Amino acid sequence: MTATETAAAGSVDDLTPTLQVEHLEVTHRVRGQDRRALRDVSFQIGRRESYGLVGESGSGKSTVALALTRYLPRNGRVSGGRISINGQDPLAMDAAALRELRARTVSMVYQEPGKALNPSIRVGRQVAEVYEVAGFDGSAAQDKAEAMLRTVQISDPGRVMGLYPHQISGGMAQRVVIAMALAAEPSLLILDEPTTALDATVEAEVLDLVAALREDFGASVLFISHNLAVIAKMCDRVGVLYAGELLEEGPAEQVFQEPRHPYTVGLLRCIPRRGQRKDAGRLDTIPGFLPPPGHTLPGCVFAPRCPIAEERCREARPPAFPVGPARSSRCYFHDAASDLPTNAPPDIQLPATRDAAEPVVTLQHLSKTFTHGGESVRALVGVNLSLERGETLGLVGESGSGKTTLARALLGLIAPDEGSVVDLDGSALAAQARRRPREQLKALQIVFQNPDSALNRRHTVRRLISRPLSRLAGLSGARLQERLMDLVRSVRLEERHLSLRPSQLSGGLKQRVAIARAFGGGPRIVVCDEPTSALDVSVQAAILNLLADLQAKEQVTYMFISHDLGVVRYLSDRIAVLYLGKIMELGPAETVFAGPHHPYTEALLSAVPSIDGQRAERIRLQGEIPSAADPPSGCVFHTRCPRRLPTGVCETSDPPLAEVAPGHLMSCHIPIDQLTILQRTEQDGD
Amino acid sequence: MTDVVAAPAAEVTVARGRGALPAWRLLLRRPTFIVGAAILLFWVVCAVFGHLVAPQDPLAQSLLATNKGPSAAHWFGTDQLGRDVFSRVLVGARSILVIAFFATLLGTVAGTALGLAMGYLGGVIDIVGGRLVEAVLALPLVIVAFLFIVAVGPSTLTVIIVIGLVFTPLIARTVRSAVLVERQQDYLASARLLGENRSYIMFIEVLPNVLPVVLVEFTVRLGYAIFAIASLSFLGFGVQPPTPDWGADISVNYGVLPAGYWWMTLFPALAIASLVVAINLVTDSIEQVIAS
Amino acid sequence: MATYILKRLGLALITLWLLSVIVFLATQVVPGDPGRAILGNLAAPSAVRALDHQLGVDRPLIEQYWTWITGLLHGDFGTSTQFRAPVEPYVQAALVNSLKLAALAFVIVVPLGIVGGVVAALNYGRPADRIISVAGLSATTVPEFVSGIVLIVIFGVALKVLPVSASAGAGASPASQFQHLILPAIPLVLVLFGYIARMARAGTIEALNSDYARTATLKGLKRSVVIRRHVLRNSLLPTITVIATQLGYLIGGLVVVEVLFNYQGIGQLIFKAATAKDFPMLAAGVLTIGVVYMVATLIADILATMLNPRLRLGGAE
Repeated sequence: MTATETAAAGSVDDLTPTLQVEHLEVTHRVRGQDRRALRDVSFQIGRRESYGLVGESGSGKSTVALALTRYLPRNGRVSGGRISINGQDPLAMDAAALRELRARTVSMVYQEPGKALNPSIRVGRQVAEVYEVAGFDGSAAQDKAEAMLRTVQISDPGRVMGLYPHQISGGMAQRVVIAMALAAEPSLLILDEPTTALDATVEAEVLDLVAALREDFGASVLFISHNLAVIAKMCDRVGVLYAGELLEEGPAEQVFQEPRHPYTVGLLRCIPRRGQRKDAGRLDTIPGFLPPPGHTLPGCVFAPRCPIAEERCREARPPAFPVGPARSSRCYFHDAASDLPTNAPPDIQLPATRDAAEPVVTLQHLSKTFTHGGESVRALVGVNLSLERGETLGLVGESGSGKTTLARALLGLIAPDEGSVVDLDGSALAAQARRRPREQLKALQIVFQNPDSALNRRHTVRRLISRPLSRLAGLSGARLQERLMDLVRSVRLEERHLSLRPSQLSGGLKQRVAIARAFGGGPRIVVCDEPTSALDVSVQAAILNLLADLQAKEQVTYMFISHDLGVVRYLSDRIAVLYLGKIMELGPAETVFAGPHHPYTEALLSAVPSIDGQRAERIRLQGEIPSAADPPSGCVFHTRCPRRLPTGVCETSDPPLAEVAPGHLMSCHIPIDQLTILQRTEQDGD
Repeated sequence: MTDVVAAPAAEVTVARGRGALPAWRLLLRRPTFIVGAAILLFWVVCAVFGHLVAPQDPLAQSLLATNKGPSAAHWFGTDQLGRDVFSRVLVGARSILVIAFFATLLGTVAGTALGLAMGYLGGVIDIVGGRLVEAVLALPLVIVAFLFIVAVGPSTLTVIIVIGLVFTPLIARTVRSAVLVERQQDYLASARLLGENRSYIMFIEVLPNVLPVVLVEFTVRLGYAIFAIASLSFLGFGVQPPTPDWGADISVNYGVLPAGYWWMTLFPALAIASLVVAINLVTDSIEQVIAS
Repeated sequence: MATYILKRLGLALITLWLLSVIVFLATQVVPGDPGRAILGNLAAPSAVRALDHQLGVDRPLIEQYWTWITGLLHGDFGTSTQFRAPVEPYVQAALVNSLKLAALAFVIVVPLGIVGGVVAALNYGRPADRIISVAGLSATTVPEFVSGIVLIVIFGVALKVLPVSASAGAGASPASQFQHLILPAIPLVLVLFGYIARMARAGTIEALNSDYARTATLKGLKRSVVIRRHVLRNSLLPTITVIATQLGYLIGGLVVVEVLFNYQGIGQLIFKAATAKDFPMLAAGVLTIGVVYMVATLIADILATMLNPRLRLGGAE
């Protein structure tokens, strides 16, 4: 059942809202100074309604959740406003009443489910504890706990009850946490980034579960996330938080289709949509940066970054203007919001790619097996892949797919198994980076996911960027300085950043430094390993634009790894889909997305929520991703494949990666024409 | 190609997490640090200027004034040889501080080098080093130390070397752990991709990041060193008479304690206590500041 | 699990062997020879040589080591040069005495330290925490003989309430023995308290701030239940391992305390043996300490493994 149908069915039950927040203000005391985390936040959630709170980092969305259950950190307090849950005020309660509230009325589900469970107590006992608090005795609580585990679709709940948290997977742990949350039959269920730590297909399962259970249990839901697509899928209404203030609010579909606040407009434009490509229809960005925490700007909090801001906006904070039934926007110019001038860079000309001559990188029979105490884990199995000059190859896969291992093997950070061939321009690359000559090191560089880890926090930016210039490009003196400044400009940094250390820069700036460093030696191939996954959406857009610009300017080939299909589609010319160390599908980006696809690709695509609107029937994959230590026989995907052939060939024989159309390869026993028919009949055209 | 993209990153450089105050300012705000540092400073001054500050010659014996209790002439009384206890206490700071400082320095430098090698290079060095650490840990410091000293003969240099050697594997272990954490970081992979050699990586990339750990280890070990040196002196394995030394003085004079002659042992004891407490207050403050 | 224990046992034996080598070599480095030391400077060289031959000190080192080691394993600890008698009974008696003192100190300090650490953690940042932390820290760093002296002065000399000597005399009643052991035990308690309390405090704070404590609290459980059922279990785990390492300090402290209070324990035994250059006694004493220490560490390791489900049961399915 979709979000909108639920809203229509359920919201007339009872007129008292489950949750009412009025002018909420939360302050933290840091180093002797007060910092306001939330300011004048007001919203309400009706019975059986699902409300999404969306925001980037620093927006304060988690603080809202903590304030509601009075679990703010020691240095935090509610400094203003009122909260009402089912008509009661949690801020005025004594300890006993608060416990009662937490036990029966409000439940929370957090990110990182593994950590939310006590590692020293068995799973069953922890779930049963909820029932004990509700008044059931020992064995009755155990029985109910087992029943609840079955409700959250854990098969064989009896066995799971006896396990310890470290013995279950992330997806299962999150189901257990959801079971604990719903066992209390709460009126309000709060979910704070519940699926951020999970793989795409597992995430889809969990979200579906939450939607179904919400129906059955009749709870109101507060869903907090930075992922707009997930919110669009799960919520009836949505509130957009920015720097501690609620800027826009309203029914989810309306807010996302016709946003009425410049921030929301900007945010939505940052997300790559179908039809946008890195060279045509480029991403918009939001210029400027978040105000520092604890700021006390007088006017609209978004004014410094708003393209249509005027004096009025900077002087007086806009009130929440009603812009429709149950809709509001904190902007004087909310009518003009949708015509917000765009910040998108103009289309660019990419290098004429792929003279069908030599591929620049060739990988053949690339395998990597990790042995750890008797157990061997197959991270990569016989991968054959080539990179064409000037293209962007997107690598897609969930955990255990081997995509990171592949990149590291290519770079020489991990030594592949015997018999693997890794060639650059036709000549073999030594297995270890240490043994590679400077020319080869120069040609292959990487941008890592986490800039905190990728930049030496004790070195200055100048040193970080200069090092490859001297080591790889062999520059020194004036020429080095010249090239340094050139690079700094290319990544939109400023000279004053050079004397700073990474800890003094924001995530986006740090990643620019990392990119400058990668390009310093003049590489021909740059591997981007989830370069924007750790960044906010608005920052991500700027970095993606930068990567495209650099590709045009420096004529490089990219290997782009990401779990975010939207981003991969935006940037890539070709896409390779990996599962458990094998390539399932490889082909031009649009073809892989449009279909016919490999069943795994199909499932993956249907699992990822898209802000453009729902796909048709979601493909549900059974079970969890198998462990790479004990991979399935035959086709590695057969254990979860919904299109598994009844002849049994999928279990016994591993399909080769074969060309099913020019430039399009697939590893599947089902003939391509059959796949085309099967997939077309199930889709509403795509 | 012209830059029509968004204006250059006009970003407010965010002082992330850490306050704008540099470390030493934060330290000065803590009462524990101030008290500890003050006491420590006092003893360091005594160590350096001892003979100038002491009212009387700590070595001057007087057969007429033996075993006299505290009085106006002798604030801390006299010992069995008639020497002024107060002067001996003031001057006694030197031997213990000098030995402790150099021993700890030796152990820290050697331990850091070993820890870096064990953590970053791994392999044989790590295995052998690991066994060495365990072997040293198999016996308490004091026992290892006095075994060694028994073999070689007590002297200032011996004590410095012994304690330095025993500290080396202990410090190496801590540094190794810190290095292992750094190994997980991607900046080391980046360095390898630049073709940096191992020495460069260990000393220019890794070492600056483990320095805070090394600093804390130094101050912590300094406290242990004083503890151990005092104990060794008490057992007779430290500085030899007639040099004023707190532990040695206690060792010589505690026999007459049950008979009621308390001042010649109590005051040196309190001096030791004050010094170790001071160092540990300072160490604790440093740890707290680094943690925040 | 079983393989783990065997591995640990194996490592322990290797370390023990290394220790024996170190001890043996230490005794060999000393200048002068035992024959001369026993007979004195005026004895004739031939007599010295004869005695040396009889003692076996003119044989190759490896042979001497082998003789010594095999002797040890058969229970023959050699002959003391101080007392001209077998070493074994001295070591045994001394060991028993030291164990009594150590046990007393342990029995007092472990509960005290754990309670202190947990209380400090529960009152994080408040006066109770600062006092316990600073007091614990200070107490830990003061050498045992220093606190011993202060205690003797206060309780033994000034107030005269407790006996100053640790030995109650042969055949004394347990109560009397206990009374004599109190003063020597206190310095040991003071030193160990800081370490144990600090570990318990750190472990409890980490558990209190964990996600699972948050889950438990938000289930609506009472704070006392959260602490008792969820927090303590996880916070005490690292504390137990720390207690094992404390044995090292305890033994070092024993030497000093026994010397100061003139107690016939193994610490004083090796001290006297060292100063008298009685190497058989010294070697035997040191090795005994090494064995005791290793056994205790092994037990603590195994205990820690058994109590931690992650180590006991292995990884995810």
